[in-house]
Amino acid sequence: MDIKAYIILSLTLFTIGIIGVLVRRNAIIIFMCVELMLNAVNLLLVAFSKMHANSIAAKASATFAADAQIFVFFIMVVAAAEVSVGLAIIVMLYRNTHSVDVNFLNRLKN
Amino acid sequence: MSNVLQIAWLIPILPLIGFIINGAGRNILSKAVSGFIGSGVILASFVLSLFVFIQVKNGHSQVLHYFNFINIESLKIAFAFKIDQLSSLFLLIITGVGFLIHVYSTSYMHEEPSKDFAKYFSYLNLFVFSMLLLVLGANYVIMFIGWEGVGLCSYLLIGYWFKNNDYTDAAKKAFIMNRIGDLGFLLAVFWLITKTGTVEFDQVFSAASLQKLTTTDITGITLLLFVGATGKSAQIPLYTWLPDAMAGPTPVSALIHAATMVTAGIYMIARSNILYTMAPATQCVVAIVGLATAVLAATIALKQNDIKKVLAYSTVSQLGYMFLGLGVGAYTGAVFHVMTHAFFKALLFLGAGSVIHAMGGEQDMRNMGGLKKHMSITHLTFLLGCLAIAGMPPFSGFFSKDEILAAAYANKDMGGMLLWGIGVFTAMMTAFYMFRLYGMTFLGQFRGTHDQEHHLHESPAPITIPLIILAILAVIGGWIGIPEVFMHGGHKLEAFLEPVFRSSNAIATKHEHLSHSTEYMLMAVSVVGALIALIYAWNKFSKYEKTDKPSTGFSKLLENKWYVDEVYNALIVQPLKTISAFLNNVIEKKGIDGIVNGTGKAVNYGSRQLRWLQSGQVGAYVLLMVIGILILFIIQLFL
Repeated sequence: MDIKAYIILSLTLFTIGIIGVLVRRNAIIIFMCVELMLNAVNLLLVAFSKMHANSIAAKASATFAADAQIFVFFIMVVAAAEVSVGLAIIVMLYRNTHSVDVNFLNRLKN
Repeated sequence: MSNVLQIAWLIPILPLIGFIINGAGRNILSKAVSGFIGSGVILASFVLSLFVFIQVKNGHSQVLHYFNFINIESLKIAFAFKIDQLSSLFLLIITGVGFLIHVYSTSYMHEEPSKDFAKYFSYLNLFVFSMLLLVLGANYVIMFIGWEGVGLCSYLLIGYWFKNNDYTDAAKKAFIMNRIGDLGFLLAVFWLITKTGTVEFDQVFSAASLQKLTTTDITGITLLLFVGATGKSAQIPLYTWLPDAMAGPTPVSALIHAATMVTAGIYMIARSNILYTMAPATQCVVAIVGLATAVLAATIALKQNDIKKVLAYSTVSQLGYMFLGLGVGAYTGAVFHVMTHAFFKALLFLGAGSVIHAMGGEQDMRNMGGLKKHMSITHLTFLLGCLAIAGMPPFSGFFSKDEILAAAYANKDMGGMLLWGIGVFTAMMTAFYMFRLYGMTFLGQFRGTHDQEHHLHESPAPITIPLIILAILAVIGGWIGIPEVFMHGGHKLEAFLEPVFRSSNAIATKHEHLSHSTEYMLMAVSVVGALIALIYAWNKFSKYEKTDKPSTGFSKLLENKWYVDEVYNALIVQPLKTISAFLNNVIEKKGIDGIVNGTGKAVNYGSRQLRWLQSGQVGAYVLLMVIGILILFIIQLFL
């Protein structure tokens, strides 16, 4: 499949993520949008990796160029860890303010 | 005796020890002890100098090398003393006259608190130490250490009564004017190092090193050295500090004017005589500046009323004579005049000090008069001093002044006749103002207050004994330099100093020897001229009446010292002050302060504006972040 399709899909997801972060006020939704952006990038990484693996295989002897595909798993693991921390923060936020609206998080001002 | 040169280093070290003891122990030493130490170390130096002098006279000149002072690659400057005819003669003058002044000071300064008394003696010792170092140094660098030392000590001693602002101003003036001259000296030394790579006298004056110097180099170096000499020896244009130096105690004036400090410039030029002989242009400048100073200072002295001011201007004038002598190549004459001048000027200053002491601090001659009958010893010695400075035969001043004038006359290249004429005119003025001083002080009626008259007394022995010794020297001091016309081989000093000036004499332009009749005529004219001025002044001022009428016209001009101080003030001090004020008010306050304060203000203002960005809204931050990333993308992709 043409690499362009992956790029377009990835860009679309990333843009949705950015817009979501920018316009939404709910911390959970912002968090989800951030994850969306992360996964858009992940998708792009896998796509490019696959493309390169194909082109190398065509030229030279069989070398399995799957570094990036393994790398993506690492990123997912890290993202999962990050999600647990982020969700924990949001839970604490809710306990303290009884809200998940980020616009209330301006206590450090002044 | 044979190895007295081996302990010659003690000569300057002893006064230094005296300085340290008196300086460190000023709070515990009694007046008697500090006076004894102060004078004693100088006496010891004098005795050593005497041995050294005898040794040199027997033909044992040498350079004593102690250690390497500065070692930079090829430049090696030794800490070494040069003991030869010239330096040993100066050693005698400095320690001899210096010792008498120390003895005199023990009595003169007796009313000072003992702490200040010891301080005074420590400064005096340091002064003598610096001067000895200057004279003994075997290269320009050691000489410069002493050169700076006397400048410092003159500052300390002139400003000795530092609670009086005028006095400290005079001290600062002396120091600053000397610094201007010192700069010339220093530049000359640098020039010398660049061209010849050495500063040792023996090496610089050797033929090999002189060949490395072009005429321009020699003229430049000698002119710069002369700038140094004008500062230290009070010549035009840097002479104004010397009359102001009267702010110090009177023995200090005697020390500065007679034995030390002002003779430094003469010594330095006499030491560098070969360089000067090779630079006729500089010699011409030296002679003209010397003569101009002699005339200018003599005219000022005619109308001064402060007893010490008259003497101060007479010193400036006599120094002018010495420079005239150096300029026309009469190095022996100049050194001779230094010596005789040291005797009679020390005598006159100490005599004036004795008068001031008796008058209870009064220095204005208009309030004196008739002191002859109250102070017989002071009067007699002072009269002898006046006769000596006026150039009356057979007193010492006659021989030395005559030698310089005869040399000036013989120097046809510079218009000898004119130099001689002006010199004689100055000599007449000298006789006039000295006997004006004498007449106003010692003759006529007493014009002071009744209290002062009651208080009049002859000074104690520590004051009168130095006066008597100096008076004897002022009378007979000239007899070691009797001109050839009177007595064959009479000029012992010339024979003694001959090795120092030998190489100079060999290359100097030979001037026709004056015939005996011309020489007699020259002497007769100058003596008769001075005698007329003397008698006129004697008659006029022995009947001096105090008037309140302010002087007008020319005499007012003279009374105000040709307004030289005012001119310097207008031409140099005020513009400097204006520039400083401009730098202070505009450059400093507006410019530099503006930049510093402006930076602070800009940061302050900028932060206040940027503060609004810190809204605390997470959305806003994210938006800014996205915008930032977009900008980076745009830069990366399109620019």
